[in-house]
Amino acid sequence: MLNRTADNVARATPEPLARKIRGISDKGLAWLFISPTILLLLAINIFPLFWAIYLSFTNYRANRPNEVVKNLGLSNYQRILGDQDIWIAMQTTAHFVFWTILLQTVIGFTLAWLIDRKFRGHAFWTTIILVPMMLSPAVVGNFWRFLYEPQIGLFSYVISFVTGIPPTNVQMLSNVELAPWAIIIVDTWMWTPYVMLICLAGLRSIPEYIYEAAEVDRASNWRQFWSITLPMALPFIMLAVLFRGIENFKMFDMVNLLTGGGPGSTTEVASITLKRQAFESWRTGYSSAFAIILFVAVFGLANIYVKALNKVKQR
Amino acid sequence: MKSTLKLALGLASAITASTAVSTAAHAEDLTLCWAAWDPANALVELSKDFTKETGIGMKFEFVPWTEYAARFLNELNSHGKLCDLIIGDSQWIGGSAENGHYIKLNDFFDKEKISMDDFVPATVVGYSEWPKNTPNYWALPAMGDVVGWTYRKDWFSKPELQKEFKEKYGWDLAAPTTFDQLKQIAEFFQKRQIDGKTVYGASIYTERGSEGITMGAMDVLYSFGFQYENPKKPYEMEGFVNSEKSVKGLEFYKALYDCCTPPGASNSYMGEGVDAFKSGQVAMHMNFAFTWPGLQKDENVGGDKIGYFVNPKGPDGDQFAQLGGQGISVVSYSDKQESALKYIKWFANKDVQAKWWSLGGYSCLNAVVKDPKFPSSQPYAQTFLDSMAIVKDFWAEPSYAQLLQASQKRFHDYVVAGQGSAKDALDGLVKDWTQVFQDDGKM
Amino acid sequence: MSLTTAHSVVAPSANSKRIAGVIIVAYALISIVPLLWIFATSFKTPPDSIAYPPKIVFQPSLEGYCNLFTTRTRQTPEYINSLGPATGLCDETVRKRNMVIAGPSNFVPRFVNSLIIAFGSTFCAVFLGTLSAYGFSRFKVPLADDLLFFILSTRFMPPIAVAIPIYLMYRELGLSDTALGMILLYTAVNVSLAVWLLKGFIDEIPREYEEAAMIDGYTRLQAFWRTVLPQATTGIAATAIFCLIFAWNEYAFAALLTSGTAQTAPPFIPTIIGEGGQDWPAVAAGTTIFLVPILVFTILLRKQLLRGITFGAVRK
Repeated sequence: MLNRTADNVARATPEPLARKIRGISDKGLAWLFISPTILLLLAINIFPLFWAIYLSFTNYRANRPNEVVKNLGLSNYQRILGDQDIWIAMQTTAHFVFWTILLQTVIGFTLAWLIDRKFRGHAFWTTIILVPMMLSPAVVGNFWRFLYEPQIGLFSYVISFVTGIPPTNVQMLSNVELAPWAIIIVDTWMWTPYVMLICLAGLRSIPEYIYEAAEVDRASNWRQFWSITLPMALPFIMLAVLFRGIENFKMFDMVNLLTGGGPGSTTEVASITLKRQAFESWRTGYSSAFAIILFVAVFGLANIYVKALNKVKQR
Repeated sequence: MKSTLKLALGLASAITASTAVSTAAHAEDLTLCWAAWDPANALVELSKDFTKETGIGMKFEFVPWTEYAARFLNELNSHGKLCDLIIGDSQWIGGSAENGHYIKLNDFFDKEKISMDDFVPATVVGYSEWPKNTPNYWALPAMGDVVGWTYRKDWFSKPELQKEFKEKYGWDLAAPTTFDQLKQIAEFFQKRQIDGKTVYGASIYTERGSEGITMGAMDVLYSFGFQYENPKKPYEMEGFVNSEKSVKGLEFYKALYDCCTPPGASNSYMGEGVDAFKSGQVAMHMNFAFTWPGLQKDENVGGDKIGYFVNPKGPDGDQFAQLGGQGISVVSYSDKQESALKYIKWFANKDVQAKWWSLGGYSCLNAVVKDPKFPSSQPYAQTFLDSMAIVKDFWAEPSYAQLLQASQKRFHDYVVAGQGSAKDALDGLVKDWTQVFQDDGKM
Repeated sequence: MSLTTAHSVVAPSANSKRIAGVIIVAYALISIVPLLWIFATSFKTPPDSIAYPPKIVFQPSLEGYCNLFTTRTRQTPEYINSLGPATGLCDETVRKRNMVIAGPSNFVPRFVNSLIIAFGSTFCAVFLGTLSAYGFSRFKVPLADDLLFFILSTRFMPPIAVAIPIYLMYRELGLSDTALGMILLYTAVNVSLAVWLLKGFIDEIPREYEEAAMIDGYTRLQAFWRTVLPQATTGIAATAIFCLIFAWNEYAFAALLTSGTAQTAPPFIPTIIGEGGQDWPAVAAGTTIFLVPILVFTILLRKQLLRGITFGAVRK
């Protein structure tokens, strides 16, 4: 079937051009194939990045296009690094990233370990578990606001039903203590399947004969778990942590819809601060500097982490 | 593979065709942008007459209040062509005039003999003029609005509650005229059982994301003696924004939030307020007047059960209310400015304005509101007039968004999250605002 | 492997299997409750949706769907009566609440935008991705590793950080709030995924096929068309679905760079409000319609999921 398509293409192409294409060298073809992608990325990613770097040294504001742009040198960076609120946002982000990763790894690994028992119907139930992570965090996050509603929300109702706390007192989104956990719960609900899936691949990659050898040595189940299962699945777990870490460091959509950063600023993660500065206060230069700092931070942390991951893999 | 390709091609061409058709069919339609709320829906109904008269179709883009400013200022700043007409918030006027988002309407008004003297003065200053108090018009006053209060008349008139209240506080339970009274009433109703349901004192603005808590807190602070700047020296804020009286006002707002609001009301603005009142949760409800027509018609809490009162007096007898409302402007990036101006001309017509009021909008036209029959035309009409007489508004400076961001954060951190003191919050606000004006080169 | 596991010495005992099964099923059921709740809420009336205690059994109603597709205004009975009889089911439902339908809502145009942008960007990303992946897989490209990493690194940027300069760039180019602008942007984001995934898939196709074809007299390009592409169909389809899901679900760029004309469903659905706050049945109805395609794709994709979510780093 495809042969025909190719023939049609060949026939439709004017003869001299066709000869030219056919006669193209491998090297030429490689560049012909790769360059469109590179060009697109240069236009949509790299050029804007350099523009942002330039803006970060100025006082430019997107809502005052007619004003004179002043070069501020490094003062935007100094202001950000000295800004109390930015540090609070970074702490909030760190708290969110740490707890979501911890919970998702522990629950995800446990689930994977259980699924690996291969009980009857495990494939079907695995697919069911995977559903939340495929959905739009914004659209589903928005609906969680309803589930968290005191009294009428299903989540609050279930909590008060189980614990006996009056349903009006389960205020997940308005209580300063609870709100950071409210976003952690939703993120964990959504992304635990992700970690689970990767861990499952890790567990399945462990060759059977290692366990058989351990069995011969009469190693206890506990020993087997600690000395075989966990170390051998570790590179996979670390990979999952890497991906989740990057994603959650960038977290915006779900938190923006669930709490919008509130109450007060208790759930204001870095991306929300950035949005407020860039698209509500329109401090374009200042927020570009903050964006660059965030980018460098993610990039740097990820690089260090990848080095560690490679070390674990080599072991 | 071939079938996949075919499918993709088919889809792509179908989609292109359908968009081409839809754009061709509606090339002459006007798009009007506003907030998603009752008056906007009423305007859709009203605008059917415009389409009938002129043959120009109308499309609408409504965005909830909590996103309204962010979204449409984003749209205007991107020089987008989404909106031909925009009913933009009163505080945007400075930025939109200075950055050329709106077209100036003076010549058009002169040509069409539309006089700003025919409109309520407070709305002309608030919604049309920039710089303020100069005859430079950027919008036609479209929707008058102001913060006021509704209360449950049926609960207030229960004899047993009246008796208990009198014993406890020594005065007759009625719509409050001072904030002290308001708080006593709110405390009285908080967590009371009425008709088998637990009810709460009052619903107030606490929203964090857009402008909610600022509108609510300012509404109270004005009457306590808060001032934005030294009346004699512009932009001098120290001792005015954070005066002792202002601190008292903000402390009062927090006390009201802590004692007398429904559970979980930490992020509530107009919509949540309406829900709280309509579901019978609260005895009193702070909200913009636009909510009143809808509540008056409500089956459960409307009719005889609802009463209205003007924002109460502060400790020194000062009485102000936060201005809301908007003017309608023509967006300078639109390709259909002529049709858009036709709409404004049509909308300024006296009969259209009268129908606007009857459908649930608040007309700003003197001919409508000064009509002797106006105060009795609706139960809330008089309260609306009284409130419009005492309005104050937030900064309308081009940097309004930044000024608002600062107050949103300071107020929410203090009132809802309970961080620091009222004095800290207001001192911080002076600091933030000073920084904004310094960056602007105004100080 | 699964066959030998059953007989191996380390096969989990029947008991441990049963316990594992119970826990997994319990987790699966709990984790889909929120989704079932969305579905159920979409068929509730507004009062039922905010009832306390939450209603599990209720009279199904299409009011949520009616509200999703219309704009309504509350009016006096006199005014409503002056309009003449109700036309259609939604009109009747709405009038029972003393409202009239003023016009259609913007849900349908937003949904169409989602379709155009998601399919358009997926097509472009897969097209570009297939070419580059083949290039990286079969030829010695100088600095290949660096280029591949460069392609991936574009994913490290927080979307808001990318959005700032894009916003300015699109303003200059007149691409703000256009489908074309969004398609370009999503293509750029998705192409990194497409290249990495497809390179994996193409690497798995033995070179011998092409070499055999070329010995038969085909040029490189013909060999690519006739031998590589047909064998990569599954990989291309899986990649396309991943790109589609990303573009379908994306919120941050859409919220910041579109305002109406090209706005997609994710930033629109949270703005569906009733007379007060959110009209939950209508929101649930919109969410349900929005989620169904993804559910179908998830089931289609379940075997390839792992590869997709790890950029091809883990392949079972």
